[in-house]
Amino acid sequence: MSSNGALLELDEVSKRFGPVQALDRVDFAVHAGEVVGLVGDNGAGKSTLVKTIAGIHSADAGRMRFDGSEVKVSRPQDATRLGIATVYQDLALCDNLDVVANIFLGQEEVAPGPGEVSRQLDEAKMEHRAGELLSSLAVTIPSVRTEVGTLSGGQRQQVAVARSLLGEPRIVLLDEPTAALGVPQTKLVLELIGRLKERGLGVVVISHNLANVFEVADRIVVLRLGRAAGDFKAEQTTEEHVVSAITGIGEGGNGGRDQRNEREGEE
Amino acid sequence: MRGETATAPAPAEGSGGSSLLSRESLRRLAQGDLASVRVVLGLALIWIIFQSQNDRFLSAENLTNLMLQITAIGLISVGVVYVLLLGEIDLSVGAVSGLAAGVMAVLNVTHGWSPYLAITAAVLVGTAIGLLQGSLFSRFVIPSFVVTLAGLLAWQGALLQVLGSTGSINITDPKITGLANIFYSDAVGWIFCAIVIAAFAAVVFIGHRRRVAAGLTAESVATLVFRIGLVAAISIVAVAVLNSDRGVPLALLILLAFVVGMEYVVKRTRFGRHVFAVGGNAEAARRAGIPVNRVRVVVFAIAGSMAAIGGIMAASRLLAVNQGSGGSELLLLAIAGPVIAGTSLFGGRGSVWTALLGALVIGSISNGMDLLALSSAVKFMVTGGVLLLAVLVDAIARQQRQAAGRV
Repeated sequence: MSSNGALLELDEVSKRFGPVQALDRVDFAVHAGEVVGLVGDNGAGKSTLVKTIAGIHSADAGRMRFDGSEVKVSRPQDATRLGIATVYQDLALCDNLDVVANIFLGQEEVAPGPGEVSRQLDEAKMEHRAGELLSSLAVTIPSVRTEVGTLSGGQRQQVAVARSLLGEPRIVLLDEPTAALGVPQTKLVLELIGRLKERGLGVVVISHNLANVFEVADRIVVLRLGRAAGDFKAEQTTEEHVVSAITGIGEGGNGGRDQRNEREGEE
Repeated sequence: MRGETATAPAPAEGSGGSSLLSRESLRRLAQGDLASVRVVLGLALIWIIFQSQNDRFLSAENLTNLMLQITAIGLISVGVVYVLLLGEIDLSVGAVSGLAAGVMAVLNVTHGWSPYLAITAAVLVGTAIGLLQGSLFSRFVIPSFVVTLAGLLAWQGALLQVLGSTGSINITDPKITGLANIFYSDAVGWIFCAIVIAAFAAVVFIGHRRRVAAGLTAESVATLVFRIGLVAAISIVAVAVLNSDRGVPLALLILLAFVVGMEYVVKRTRFGRHVFAVGGNAEAARRAGIPVNRVRVVVFAIAGSMAAIGGIMAASRLLAVNQGSGGSELLLLAIAGPVIAGTSLFGGRGSVWTALLGALVIGSISNGMDLLALSSAVKFMVTGGVLLLAVLVDAIARQQRQAAGRV
């Protein structure tokens, strides 16, 4: 199912860190307007896969196609240029800056004028665009001039997602977007993911929380020990199936070896 | 644009458009967002206390002296603010100011260089030192504390080396001594005053029109007029007081020009935004594509350059450079000033105005105690107490922010 018209396609991608085979000939695909849940136990290779797509790691082997043509992503800037945005679990916002400054961080608008260095930030334009962006995502934040440090976890995540959309990406990668969020906050973020999908973006969500993944994903891809261990349509499968793919139990193979890891990944 | 005024009561970070009511302001005051208001109140208290002890304290002559006394330290503090915004520290600024002054004096007096060339060379020495220390700090990830502590020792040694056997050089070139000793006539003073008020009003109204044009909430015209009125009142009173003594000193204009210019850079330009971002969360800045190490190196270069400029002003006022130049408590006071006035030691919060305000607070205490003929022992202990108090207030404000869910 992954080959017809996929926006992003990975073909037998491998990545090794010293003795650890983090990714072993993994195939992966995302279509436009599709939410893919990427699940797996700790160390299964989820983050490595996302970081490979985002250009933080470069793959040792394998091919990557974007929009049908083969691409090479070896730096984060390469991914950004293609239209792949990443929202990291943490460390992504400056708490001392306001919402506008965070959304435009590293891509500030400057007013025209002489001299690259002395040009003034175009605060009015940035504030205007940030307001538009947030309201198009139905994000409610008291004021776009609020310091990000004063926002709740869910609001911060919303700001982080909004920021990733600034460059008009076609794929958004979300690393544990609901980790450490309360129930209402999680709901906000899941709704936001739904709106990204409505915009026709391809969305990849890493999550440990299977309930959340089932709520939002169209397709669920399971990784285990660096290998693709399952690719399910969310509406045609159950949590038990996915869990057994994650743990390798009930599937034969080396399941016994991993029994101690059973469901540990929940937290 | 956002609510910054050219005077003290500037919110440290953006207030959301039209100002909220007093309860909000009180909360912000407690959390340290309006630190500069707190400092202005503290400064007023200090002035009242010294004036009540000695009625010469607020005389035009003494206030003019105060302005001359704070110029060097204020200029050094401008660079220190940038370093503090990164959450780093530069312990070498005192020694760099002395070395730069020494280089200027030797080139001008001993080697007969023109004063302009000597001053330029001295500033470049400061820039180069900053570049070196910033590169060592960012490339090799050595704590800035250690790199600049090594610098402190090394540049003090370099000053002794540069001065040679005499250990002291007198400066007689009128171009250099004029920096701290030129006073403008009354008329020129009032022209400066008019320019400042007109420029401030223009900036405020242009910013306001841009916000309105972009369809954003903007402050009411009454608020704008109030802010302009406040700046006008302060400028007029200041010029009137200075004119009734020797006139507006060039040194004060130099200090104000650097404060305004460097505040513009840090609050209104892309580079300044990146300084705040690196100070707030370096990893987030890196992921946003900001060249974190380059920002750090440039900030240390700015600190070195401003230290050199401060050293030149100090030499101009003293009419000499000697082995003690840039030594003793200069470094600590240059760092203490911005901290007292509200720039956080933890990075990411502050303003260049705190360099001026902090220098005023420290300068006032020192000047007042001199007038009261207190001993150095008392002066050191009082200044230390004030610094501790200010850091405590900063720490408490930080705890309040954390208690309110802000980091």
